[in-house]
Amino acid sequence: MSAAHTLPDTRGEALRTDLSLIREWIPDGARVLDLGCGEGQLLQNLRDTRNVQGYGLEIDQDNIAGCIRRGVNVIEQDIDEGLGNIADKRFDYVLMTQALQAVQRPDLVLAEMLRVGREAIVTFPNFGHWRVRGYLFFKGRMPVSRRLPYQWYDTPNIHLCTVNDFDTHCRKSGYRILDRLVLNNDHASGIGTRLWPNVFGEIAIYRVSC
Amino acid sequence: MPDTSAYNAAAHDSVGLVKPSVMHFDQPLELECRRVLPAYDLIYETYGTLNADASNAVLICHALSGHHHAAGYHSAEDKRPGWWDSSIGPGKPIDTDRFFVVSLNNLGGCHGSTGPASINPETGQPWGPDFPMVTVKDWVNSQARLADRLGIQKWAAVIGGSLGGMQALQWSIDHPERVAHAAVIASASKLSAQNIAFNEVARQSILTDPNFHGGRYYLHDTYPRQGLILARMVGHITYLSDDAMRAKFGRDLRSGRFHFGFDVEFQVESYLRHQGETFSRNFDANTYLLMTKALDYFDPARDFDHSLERALAQATCPFLVVSFTSDWRFAPERSEEIVNALVAVGRDVSYAEVDTDKGHDAFLLDIPEYTRLFGAWMHRIASDLEADQREPQQREPRQ
Repeated sequence: MSAAHTLPDTRGEALRTDLSLIREWIPDGARVLDLGCGEGQLLQNLRDTRNVQGYGLEIDQDNIAGCIRRGVNVIEQDIDEGLGNIADKRFDYVLMTQALQAVQRPDLVLAEMLRVGREAIVTFPNFGHWRVRGYLFFKGRMPVSRRLPYQWYDTPNIHLCTVNDFDTHCRKSGYRILDRLVLNNDHASGIGTRLWPNVFGEIAIYRVSC
Repeated sequence: MPDTSAYNAAAHDSVGLVKPSVMHFDQPLELECRRVLPAYDLIYETYGTLNADASNAVLICHALSGHHHAAGYHSAEDKRPGWWDSSIGPGKPIDTDRFFVVSLNNLGGCHGSTGPASINPETGQPWGPDFPMVTVKDWVNSQARLADRLGIQKWAAVIGGSLGGMQALQWSIDHPERVAHAAVIASASKLSAQNIAFNEVARQSILTDPNFHGGRYYLHDTYPRQGLILARMVGHITYLSDDAMRAKFGRDLRSGRFHFGFDVEFQVESYLRHQGETFSRNFDANTYLLMTKALDYFDPARDFDHSLERALAQATCPFLVVSFTSDWRFAPERSEEIVNALVAVGRDVSYAEVDTDKGHDAFLLDIPEYTRLFGAWMHRIASDLEADQREPQQREPRQ
């Protein structure tokens, strides 16, 4: 499982909008763990702008080399095998950007994130977006889009969910949603995403605690 | 091995011809075993150039059967270069165009540093079994004195594989102010019972060889050849993986048919005997005994209530930890113990588990994925150093 393989490559761009929004939630000097950290862009940015002490977990060799080049701490570890090697509440924030839908058991990963961290920050593509619904409704085929560029048979996104699904899961599990940002295609928040996030939101960003 | 020289004067990625130096130390060295070595020599080689503020020095720590000759050639006729030539040289991970590399033979060794085959000044005879037991901690202390004499206050990096990685760990714990970075490759924070068991088999094969003479074989003009061969054969099996052996030898027969006897029939037997014999001609049995004991004793957590976390909390430098999937001598789990302890105490660390079938020996090889990671890490250190050499305010932002 690797975050960088679940979305189109955005290396070389300035920090992605969702990442810079996440940054705003992280206070100076926080201890951060980034699951599926890609080439470490977010951790590098947090280190340089927030004095954050962080580690990324990755399994992709190119991404690991990228992190090392940036001087970002990276540890080769498969999230699907749990975080059993990390003590309870070792971190202030545990991040997972655009990887929740690609893990074997998103519920268990989320529980682990909240065990080793005080708060978890998760982003995922909203499968309730109107375009996705339209694709399935009119074409009768599994949706393929810029955000979800794979075919049904080769997609790493094996556990796609909607904003409503995630809300329900948090409620049932007793997690507190501290912040929720739902962004449209342009990585912005508008009237539509505020009134009807499960239809107009393309990317969801949650900050939760237990 | 083809009977031709491997040396190529025009090679751009080799340190070329090198010459070892010997440093003599008169100041007695107190050892962990509570004995004192009154005086000793350390043989070492250096590659590259020390910069003006002596900040680009890298220490290479050798493994069980290693020595000071890590890179380049001693003569144009050499059949092979130093033991870590795959990683040390211009443009290689340990780039000698950027770093000043120091590689020594540890105390107790048999390649020029004071060891059991050296003359004990008190008796005028070789030390033999009277040579004091030296530990990883003792080696680090002796290496620190070598650094003092070379004018190196702080290593840009201390690097080692296997037993060498243990020295890098010990450096980071004992002298945190003198280590800017540490690379611990294919190593462990202590041996397992199985590791010690293999070492004990190796030692027993030497100790029970009739030519061992209680370790005073030098006086009998002989050496425990058979014991050394056996020790190396057993050791060598643990350096390779099952898959690597299957790929390299399978069940191939030397003559294509069974002879129903005990001479060499399978290729793997031939290979092991050859390795053992070569080794027995070039290595001192007493040194082998000492080095395996140093391995067995290594356990830095012991000084800290058996807490590796507390031991590594002494360290301040960023670490690189690398393991290899098929290494069963020091399996990836052993490296992960080190990584977990470092993360628990908030030390900077990067860890990679390199996918290879080459077993423990992989750390000595040029495996593209490994070379790339290691090179990226060293490049980062060199770039930061070179940025520091310029005016601090002109320092470029990190990538």
